[in-house]
Amino acid sequence: MKTVNQPLRKKDAMQLLTGQPVYVNDLAPDNCLIVKLLRSPHPNAIIEEIKTDTAKKVPGIEAVFTWEDVPQDGPRFTLAGQTYPEPSPQDRLVLDRHVRFIGDPVAIVAGRDEKCVNRALRMIKVKYQVLEPVLDFRTAKDNPVLVHPEDNWEALCPVGADNKRNLCAHDECGNGDVEAVLGDCDIVLDRTYHTKAVQQTMMETFRTFCTIDTYGRLHVVSSTQIVFHCRRIIAKALGIPKSKVRVEKTRVGGGFGAKQTAVIEIYPAFVTWKTKKPSKLIFSRKETQTASSPRHEMEVRVRLGAMNDGRIRAIDMYTLSNTGAYGEHGPTTVGLSGHKSIPLYGKAEAFRFISDVVYTNEMSAGAYRGYGATQGLYAVETTVNELADILHMNPVALREQNIVKEGDFMPAYYGETNTSCALDRCIARVKEMIGWDEKYPCRDMGNGKVRAVGMGLAMQGSCISGVDVGSASLKMNDEGFYTLRIGAADMGTGCDTILAQIAAEVLECDYDDITVFGADTDASPYDSGSYASSTTFVTGKATERAALRLREQICALGAQLLSCEEDQVVFDGEYVICEATGKKVSRMDIATASMCGNEIALEAVETHSSPTSPPPFMAGAVELEVDLETGGVEVIQYAAAVDCGTPINPNLGRIQAEGGIVQGIGMVLSEDITYKGGKVLENSLMQYKIPTRLDMGRIHVEFESSYEHQGPFGAKSIGEVVINTPLPAITAAIHNATGIWFRELPITPEQIVMRRMEQNA
Amino acid sequence: MNISMILNGKKIQADIDPDMLLIDFVRSQNCPSVKRGCETANCGLCTVFLDDRPVLSCSVLAARADGRKVTTLEGLQEEAYEFGQFIADQGAEQCGFCNPGFVMNAIALFRENPDPGVEEIKEYLSGNLCRCSGYEGQLRGILAFLEWKKGGKQS
Amino acid sequence: MFTCKEYRKVKTLEEAWELNQKRSNQLIGGMLWVKMGQRSVQTVIDLSDLGLDQIEETEEEFSIGCMATLRQLELHEGLNVYTQGAVRESVRHIVGVQFRNLATVGGSIFGRFGFSDVLTMFLAMDTYVELYKGGVVPLARFVEMKRDRDILVRVIVKKGNGRFAYQSMRNTKTDFPVLAVAVSAAGDRLRISVGARPARAMLLTVSSEKICDAAAEVCRAAGQILSGEGTEDDAVLIGAYVSQSVPTGSNLRGSAQYRSHLVQVLVKRACLETGGKAAEQR
Repeated sequence: MKTVNQPLRKKDAMQLLTGQPVYVNDLAPDNCLIVKLLRSPHPNAIIEEIKTDTAKKVPGIEAVFTWEDVPQDGPRFTLAGQTYPEPSPQDRLVLDRHVRFIGDPVAIVAGRDEKCVNRALRMIKVKYQVLEPVLDFRTAKDNPVLVHPEDNWEALCPVGADNKRNLCAHDECGNGDVEAVLGDCDIVLDRTYHTKAVQQTMMETFRTFCTIDTYGRLHVVSSTQIVFHCRRIIAKALGIPKSKVRVEKTRVGGGFGAKQTAVIEIYPAFVTWKTKKPSKLIFSRKETQTASSPRHEMEVRVRLGAMNDGRIRAIDMYTLSNTGAYGEHGPTTVGLSGHKSIPLYGKAEAFRFISDVVYTNEMSAGAYRGYGATQGLYAVETTVNELADILHMNPVALREQNIVKEGDFMPAYYGETNTSCALDRCIARVKEMIGWDEKYPCRDMGNGKVRAVGMGLAMQGSCISGVDVGSASLKMNDEGFYTLRIGAADMGTGCDTILAQIAAEVLECDYDDITVFGADTDASPYDSGSYASSTTFVTGKATERAALRLREQICALGAQLLSCEEDQVVFDGEYVICEATGKKVSRMDIATASMCGNEIALEAVETHSSPTSPPPFMAGAVELEVDLETGGVEVIQYAAAVDCGTPINPNLGRIQAEGGIVQGIGMVLSEDITYKGGKVLENSLMQYKIPTRLDMGRIHVEFESSYEHQGPFGAKSIGEVVINTPLPAITAAIHNATGIWFRELPITPEQIVMRRMEQNA
Repeated sequence: MNISMILNGKKIQADIDPDMLLIDFVRSQNCPSVKRGCETANCGLCTVFLDDRPVLSCSVLAARADGRKVTTLEGLQEEAYEFGQFIADQGAEQCGFCNPGFVMNAIALFRENPDPGVEEIKEYLSGNLCRCSGYEGQLRGILAFLEWKKGGKQS
Repeated sequence: MFTCKEYRKVKTLEEAWELNQKRSNQLIGGMLWVKMGQRSVQTVIDLSDLGLDQIEETEEEFSIGCMATLRQLELHEGLNVYTQGAVRESVRHIVGVQFRNLATVGGSIFGRFGFSDVLTMFLAMDTYVELYKGGVVPLARFVEMKRDRDILVRVIVKKGNGRFAYQSMRNTKTDFPVLAVAVSAAGDRLRISVGARPARAMLLTVSSEKICDAAAEVCRAAGQILSGEGTEDDAVLIGAYVSQSVPTGSNLRGSAQYRSHLVQVLVKRACLETGGKAAEQR
């Protein structure tokens, strides 16, 4: 292959590296009204009275909006970027008289500059009726205090939601008789693990600007992964026809799922629609940390049954998920905690998976890379590591014995078959890379320092089966260059480049011959957006098909120019050649001819959706050093082998993996979320500590590729699977160094010291 | 108040509010490469050179730069391009939002220490956060660049 | 959001001092902390033009201008030769180079911040601060003084025949310390300063002679460290003593109990670094 599987530079790389103005705040017009939000200081309260008259009198203030400007009995909506009808309950208003977490918007202020808006914010006087909040997700279900008592709350999908029970979703599923199999096992481990509402922490905070276009429509320019869902959400929130809304994305300064929720767009949209003036809203880091869309806090209970020889026979899982004040991605993330962890152990005879997703008066959760699978895999993989420990088996051998193989039917994975899988090779490779046999389980380094290794496996999906839609439009232009239009969102991941590589491979041209445009609801073909690891797999397939179609059209016009039949010509990327006569016409000449007296369109649109979601797989292993005296954990190195099918661009795939691993390291070792009276304490990058380059050791990633026939050129996904393995791997390595299993993240130095003290006492 | 400074080699004058921050000033002077990623001086995205030393422009009053020399990535395009290619060859630019601050501080490192070791690189750049790349690809790019500078081959 | 109405780059310390007497005015060092605050200030007072950004070394002392940056401390050869790199160790973890190019010694010391590595390090040295009106005051006394509107002009470190060590524990590499310890071993006494307790750093002196509060065996252990013959046991004794003597508290980064444990560990390590038997090998 010429362009696919090649480590080509990202198309926008040099623009980004030289600091060109390509992001929302670089492109916003100078005359935008500055928009800011007044936020609730209470986790649960009703606004009794809100006085804005003095605020409105501050010089430069254009408008102040409150709940009184928003029909409270109108239809509610969700900010989740999901295909309609969204599984997430319709539980939001632009401004709600009932505020449900510290940070819930109370008023929208728009004015000439930041200073006057800040002044106005201070002058708004609010009288709250403070209500008792629900702050413990373990007691939220059937709590007498209801987070959403309102009658216009609505669930459009049968996800087991019930606002009168604080339930955002409930589900039960299974295969085989779990209790019977567990009863027949030599050993049953019953373990409960807890993960927090960690933040995506993309470097670019949420930001959006809006204008009114030539036709009087609302033009929303945003840093988003989901332009089409945004259009629907904004139209519903504002109560205007979708035809009145155009949503466009710029370069996105990182998303990781955060921008799969329309966290910010509705507020400047509301201002611009009401005032007909351009406006922009840029979230502060504090807002991005405290009023956004983090990972769902989950408590996962795993009961795992096995025989003394290591055969894993049954997995029973219960996940309790905290969706916070609103239900974005609540019903769906929880599903992945079971459906993308249990299938790893494909030989098990039975499984059961029960889940509850509850409302609380904390920040609303959302989508974060891994999307529930991260939490579930942490629980299942740690339980398997604990099992190896109890059985005195090598965790590598235990996995080799039990893992899912290519061709296996996966009852817990929506009943799909494992069509491509190199997980066994991933494990073997990682074992080599980390030097497992020499290093397992640990070595005493003297000075109270112990080095240890640990491992974990992961899987994910490559789309939402039968739901996600990807489209690509390809056209030939003057001189024969191509334009690829997409609705998927490059958020730094490089999908513009990857999709161009796929098109170039089919069109047999240089990838520089393909320009990429995306994403804009007015101009892009429909795409559900970049999430669920779907872009390469789904939009990539659409791109491949569009390129094939365009080839046919090029051949048709070429044949016409060569005065021969279509089935007599071939296209080699540069020329259409008549095989009978040997005569040929160049791409450039065909392009020129297409613009004069021509009736054959050199443009093709294809749309693709996949009935299945072939999982990518990964094995990861860490070597770390624990300072037993201080509890400090130093990651020495992290080795990982990924099966993403064919890596379309190995460089970009590798960076995805390395970036995901470091996010995972952060989640295990330092990224914490603690609440005090409903208030998030880690409200800045000073308090919320993501890894710096001194906190991650060295990372080595290699590919062990299977070939997925349903994907473009054998590709599956890579974007999400990569974040999952550090959680169980590091947890296991810390156990191997200290003899202690930690079942809550993050594992801080203090916990290590304190638990060791308890143990020695 | 009135200030003047040498911004990217050009003498400029402007009338500003005394509490305007340097980041907002340079952005208003057509230097949009300078980005804000936090409010607590932790992210390194807003790095500029003040009298050739890398500083956080989010924490400097523009007034303080009066009479001094300020450099942003707009004024270092050649160096940025030369070095940036090595990051691009790893795909480590990713979303790009941290790139200007990262490239600025990497240039500062190379000027201060033309032959840094891995630990020196990591320590010097530790105030430049990146959430996409996992840092390892940036390190590969830096090492390849240094190798090339020494006359070795491009990776 | 920090705001101000006027910015003044003063020409003399007297001008700065006079301006600084008004509560609504604000003297700035690196401005990192001031900028993060929400204050609305009348006049910002900048000392940048007074030539106070130098570190001068003589036979007897280091004289560090209040506007010298933490990065200057980190790179100053004389200071780091004198402290065997302890000064560099005390500042190199602070956020990043760009931050340390702004943060000033004066701001760090005058602020008397609980988390301050700089304060912790300088307390362990024979340090004095020169106040514009208040004259030269030992740092240990300055940290106890009520915050006033005087101006810290210089930090002065008197040289002796000391050995120094700096140890800190951080949850991530560039975070605030959970605990910080600086030790100097000079003459017949160990000066041990413990910072980020999380209250501001405090200084303990352990003498080889029984002139401090420590028990005789602790004094003996200090003697061993001071003579470069300290064993692990000696260091543990001192660590335990300091841990018992220094109050700790809890915050987001660690509990009092964990901090007290760390006092013991880090004091032990710092003692071994300054005067352990194996110190020569390092």
